[in-house]
Amino acid sequence: MSGSMLKGWVDVFSLRELAAGMAVTLRYFFKPNITVQYPEERTPLSPRFRGEHALRRDEKGEERCVACKLCEIVCPAQAIFIEIDPSSTAEKRLTKVYDIDNAKCIFCGYCQEACPVDAIVMGPNFEFYAESRQDLIYNKKKLLDNYERWKVQIDANLEKDAPYR
Amino acid sequence: MTELHQFIQNHGLALMGPHWWPMVWTLVWTLIKIVLLVTPVMIAVSYYTLAERKVIGAMQVRLGPNRAGFFGVLQPFADAIKLFCKETLIPQGAKRAVFFLAPALTLVPALLMWAVVPFSPELILADVNVGILYVLAISSLGVYGVLMSGWSSNSRYAFLGSMRSAGQMISYEVSMGFTLIPVIMLSGSLSLKDVVESQRYMWNIVPLLPMFVIYFISVVAETNRSPFDLPEAEAELVAGYFTDYSAMSFGLFFLGEYANMILVSFLGSLMFLGGWLPPVAMLSFIPGMVWLLLKAGFLMFVFLWIRATFPRYRYDQLMRLGWKVFLPFTLFWIFLTGLGLHLFGKV
Repeated sequence: MSGSMLKGWVDVFSLRELAAGMAVTLRYFFKPNITVQYPEERTPLSPRFRGEHALRRDEKGEERCVACKLCEIVCPAQAIFIEIDPSSTAEKRLTKVYDIDNAKCIFCGYCQEACPVDAIVMGPNFEFYAESRQDLIYNKKKLLDNYERWKVQIDANLEKDAPYR
Repeated sequence: MTELHQFIQNHGLALMGPHWWPMVWTLVWTLIKIVLLVTPVMIAVSYYTLAERKVIGAMQVRLGPNRAGFFGVLQPFADAIKLFCKETLIPQGAKRAVFFLAPALTLVPALLMWAVVPFSPELILADVNVGILYVLAISSLGVYGVLMSGWSSNSRYAFLGSMRSAGQMISYEVSMGFTLIPVIMLSGSLSLKDVVESQRYMWNIVPLLPMFVIYFISVVAETNRSPFDLPEAEAELVAGYFTDYSAMSFGLFFLGEYANMILVSFLGSLMFLGGWLPPVAMLSFIPGMVWLLLKAGFLMFVFLWIRATFPRYRYDQLMRLGWKVFLPFTLFWIFLTGLGLHLFGKV
């Protein structure tokens, strides 16, 4: 019997590899666990996190959106629908309807990238839900309210990310 | 205990009269003993399920259940309430009587075997002199529950699953029985109490270490635990014989499985690890029951440890291991044990 064959037999019958595997699991048994207990504990979010949408206002409280429809065009899921306000002038363009269908949205963030006036942004909120498809269609009021609600975080995130844009 | 004994004696005698009382007394006292034995076993079973989830969780660097009560202590009750509240579905064309008998037939043998398990030299429900034979006989009954459940479900998945599981359980019963024969040869008795007492100077694991390893692997397969959990195999084989079971009839299969695991851990520590005997005579101030529980607890931990470590066997590998490795090896070791006994003059 050759030496390697003998070694193979010893390995098999001493269950060496099984013991090695069990040593690994035993080592992990004594390691501290890495569970994040979600509602109480949270993982950190990047400033670039793409959560629920919001429509920003400027310092004077005016809507920033100028109804250029770039976001509507760039949206790969065709989730955005915009209608321009007929009273718009060359100096002051406003939207009449600004709907985002969150049932269609894929949270790619292209709308935020396309926006020339930083009006549509994706906020840090990911804990939102709806009980019907209708509730998932966000109108302009809902989007503007979202900005009011998450204003501090959204502005801080935009500032943190500004040097890289 | 003695007060309770006296209390029932006196009141029963007054109630039933001297003619009927002796018979009734035997019945009542036996029932009390059964309840006193089965209740701790069932509590142990329910907490073993929690321990399993905790231990495997820790080995996977996560927490395990910790929401129901402090440290998850109420989780077994939450699981039980859930199982009781669910609807028991009966498949169309199922044989109802057999369908409901099958889960009971897997749980009852698992509880029956506890009758002969000695917890200490005094604490033993039925000190029969063929305890090992009794255990082997009753453990074979478990396979009927498996076959009946698969057949009565009237489903091809459950039927094939039950065939597969029955094959596995019968195959590994052979090697499990053979690993116990050297133990019986060394102790010269079939009584579990004598087997433990014969290990006073040297635990059976010392001369019979390979038998202990094979015993343990065999009982893992016998109780359908990972890595031999082909009867369940939730990932690839459609759950096997209990595919069509739901609610508490499904839960009974699992109670039986866990009761079996605890039982074979106790048997393993009685047969190979010296039962209630301390490892060195110096430590005999600690009661024997504590030693037995520690040893059995360690074996129960190894069950979970194995489950967290190894991937599942393939069916042909399982059969090859049982018949072509364990069977010849145990037979050879029985021969060696006999030779050793002959040469060193024990017989």
